[in-house]
Amino acid sequence: MLDAFLFFLFAVLAVLGGVGLLVTRSPIHAALSVVVTMFSIACLYLTLNAAFIGVIQILVYAGAIMVLFLFVIMLLNLDDMPSLRAFKWGQGVAFVLGVAVVAQLLALVALRFDAVPEAVSPEAAAANASAASLGAVLLTDYAYHLQIVGLLLLAATIGAVLLAKKRFA
Amino acid sequence: MTLPLAWYLVLSATLFGMGVLGVLLKRNAIVVFLSVELMLNAVNLTLVAFSQAYLNVDGQLLVFFVMSVAAAEAAVGLAIVIALFRNKLTVNIDEINLFRG
Repeated sequence: MLDAFLFFLFAVLAVLGGVGLLVTRSPIHAALSVVVTMFSIACLYLTLNAAFIGVIQILVYAGAIMVLFLFVIMLLNLDDMPSLRAFKWGQGVAFVLGVAVVAQLLALVALRFDAVPEAVSPEAAAANASAASLGAVLLTDYAYHLQIVGLLLLAATIGAVLLAKKRFA
Repeated sequence: MTLPLAWYLVLSATLFGMGVLGVLLKRNAIVVFLSVELMLNAVNLTLVAFSQAYLNVDGQLLVFFVMSVAAAEAAVGLAIVIALFRNKLTVNIDEINLFRG
């Protein structure tokens, strides 16, 4: 009962954050709504007994990535987008396309709604998501991928510095 | 896991759809990036839900890699936004058309 309550609490919070991203005109409010969504998703990971991923979510997404976004928004000192403009057909098409994507995904879930995996005990789930079990696989089976991700992050750091420094016409 | 898997999938689909709508409708380049991050998060939720439902740790490792790629993408993307802003003094993607001659 409690876990269902927590799920709906954080699900509603996450959806409200998404709605906030869509309706607000100020970029800073959009970024803060996404922080709410990411925090709620971290709490949803906790309801899935995936504590380690939840902590990483808060540290990396809500902590690092969103602060980077907020820095850039404040650095550029952006104004709010102008409100109330003429309706463009492109936006109507975009809205229909977006709703179509949601409808397809929901139809896919509904199609296999009764295909329930066998119940897993919370203890087994927590053990599956523990830092120990994640680390054991990450540093053995996925050691190669880990190196490549390290190279990718190095390249991204160098690329970001070069792009921000360079003045191209 | 005590809650039905489908609840998480429905929530994830909703969040992903909001991200799609944000990418298609928003005109501020930074808000478009934020919507992409929202879509990545929605997919991460699906991955963790399946991983915990089937007691398979690979899904959560994929979440790790998605997070690292998202961090790299945010760094490079925001650097591009800054470079664009210094040249065009706007981040409105309707007014940025570098490829049009």
